[in-house]
Amino acid sequence: MTKTGFVVANLFRKKTRTILTILSVIMAFLLFGLLQSLNSIFSSGADFIGATRLVTQARVSFTQPLPLSMVPKLETVPGVARVAYSQWFGGVWQENTQVFTFAVDPQRYHDVYAEWVMPEEQWKAFANTRTAMVAGKLVADKYGWKVGQKIPLSSNIYPQKNGSKSWAFDLVGIYDGSDENWKKQTNAVFINHDYFDEANQFGKGRANFYFLKLASGADAAAVTRTVDGMFENSPDETKTQTEKDFNLSFVKQIGDIGLIVRWILFAVFFTLLLVVGNTMAQSVRERVPELAVLKTLGFSDGSVLGFVLAEAVALCLVGGVVGLALATLLGAMVEKGTGGQFQLNVNGLIWAIGIVTILAMSMAVGLLPALRARRLKIVDALAGR
Amino acid sequence: MSESMVQIRSVTKIYERGKQKVEVLHGLSLEIPKGDFVALMGPSGSGKTTLLNLIGGLDQPTSGEISVGGHRIDQLSSGQLANWRAHNVGFVFQFYNLMPVLTAEGNVELPLLLTRLPAAQRKKNVAVALQVVGLSDRARHKPRELSGGQEQRVAIARALVSDPQLLVCDEPTGDLDRKTADEILGLLQVLNREHGKTIVMVTHDPKAAEFARRTLHLEKGQLLEQVAA
Repeated sequence: MTKTGFVVANLFRKKTRTILTILSVIMAFLLFGLLQSLNSIFSSGADFIGATRLVTQARVSFTQPLPLSMVPKLETVPGVARVAYSQWFGGVWQENTQVFTFAVDPQRYHDVYAEWVMPEEQWKAFANTRTAMVAGKLVADKYGWKVGQKIPLSSNIYPQKNGSKSWAFDLVGIYDGSDENWKKQTNAVFINHDYFDEANQFGKGRANFYFLKLASGADAAAVTRTVDGMFENSPDETKTQTEKDFNLSFVKQIGDIGLIVRWILFAVFFTLLLVVGNTMAQSVRERVPELAVLKTLGFSDGSVLGFVLAEAVALCLVGGVVGLALATLLGAMVEKGTGGQFQLNVNGLIWAIGIVTILAMSMAVGLLPALRARRLKIVDALAGR
Repeated sequence: MSESMVQIRSVTKIYERGKQKVEVLHGLSLEIPKGDFVALMGPSGSGKTTLLNLIGGLDQPTSGEISVGGHRIDQLSSGQLANWRAHNVGFVFQFYNLMPVLTAEGNVELPLLLTRLPAAQRKKNVAVALQVVGLSDRARHKPRELSGGQEQRVAIARALVSDPQLLVCDEPTGDLDRKTADEILGLLQVLNREHGKTIVMVTHDPKAAEFARRTLHLEKGQLLEQVAA
């Protein structure tokens, strides 16, 4: 037997209690790992490395559409090869099923997004049919849509000129993704912008998003600065960002993600402190005579303090490391499952913060019971006083 | 048996319970030679256990001198006293006080964790101690799997394993039936007579005291008389 063996044996004197406590530590650090990685996604600065496309929207909010007159100006920016645009339609299928529907210029969209794969004749039909619609394979499969079908959609934003919110489109194509990652994203529907623009009751000649396809070797950061600089102090100021940041900006609308994460973690760790702290306090309380016997045998006050602290550290360390490992694994699975769109990377920094947190928590939950054990007077403890 | 193992001179012990001061031992003096087996008897509250705790270095006197094996233990700090106990005294309690999470051999090995002995040597010492108390076949059993008598034998093995010259026993048979108690007392007698251990035992049981070489009676914190067995 070793001192470590003695600590482990004491830790598992009440197996159920210890296992439940370790599980709560695992859950807390699993959340910690995932939420910290989520936070780091939102708090990281713009990364233009490897960007092949940029997205331009109104600086204030993407809900404010920008005029299509910007398209030729955008195409003059050095490094921009082609510009596509899209307008959020807000499609609703049948009773109340939301379908992600965007009005786009078919040819421009085809040019900018080579990742969407569809037979050329269907692209042509999309461009040449005013009431055309193309659906992603996932959407078409989900609702059983077939090419040639008339698809009725209503818009919760845009009524037609006659006041009706009901629209009808001809499904002329079903697009798929060029690889596994893109196949997973075929959950949107595109309609012809020209028709939408002409038939809707509200503003004309505007779009929410402009997608800038960059020329080979273009400096994405420079293009961003040029575009936003071009429209600075105009009625239509812009914000240009990478596709990745653009996607994240949707989630950011929920609120200050960093603050939300911090509050959740605060609640989790506060609860954890109470749970583990109570376990440790109870564990010391119920073996006061045993601790007194240790001192009787010659273990110093410091050694007894060390035993109790070591139990707290072991409890938190096992739970914490397993929790962080699970978070790393789950993060990788989420990243793979979303085709790299959602990079929940539990990196070295998060591990380092996690380990420091584990040690700090061990001290917080272990120090008071350990000091109590250290202060025990043998004679009183053996006499049950 | 002329050399002194325990020398106590004018020891007073006062406990403070809240605002109240209770004087348990009143200027007590006592000498126990090496190799002696002393039974301490007396009514409850007479100071037997207090005296035993002082001899074993578990507590410090309010005044007076205590020497054990030539060491003035009343002058040692708490840390020094812990170290002294580890090397010089073995303890046997009424309720055995074994660690429930450890096996018999784990319990016996516990005091050896304070030494620098390698694991293999510790294992040998544990085996010898368990053999002395006749429990080699129960080494892997946990306390809850042992009878009261067996638990007390493990406790005695734990007290012996670091080879101390002094054993202090607080009512070692108080929780045992007569037959088992006699076996345990017989074992203590063997340790005293054959292994030369000095034993100080607190007991209420006159039959237990008969196993000692002599009996000391305490009353109201003072020694009354000495009775040779």
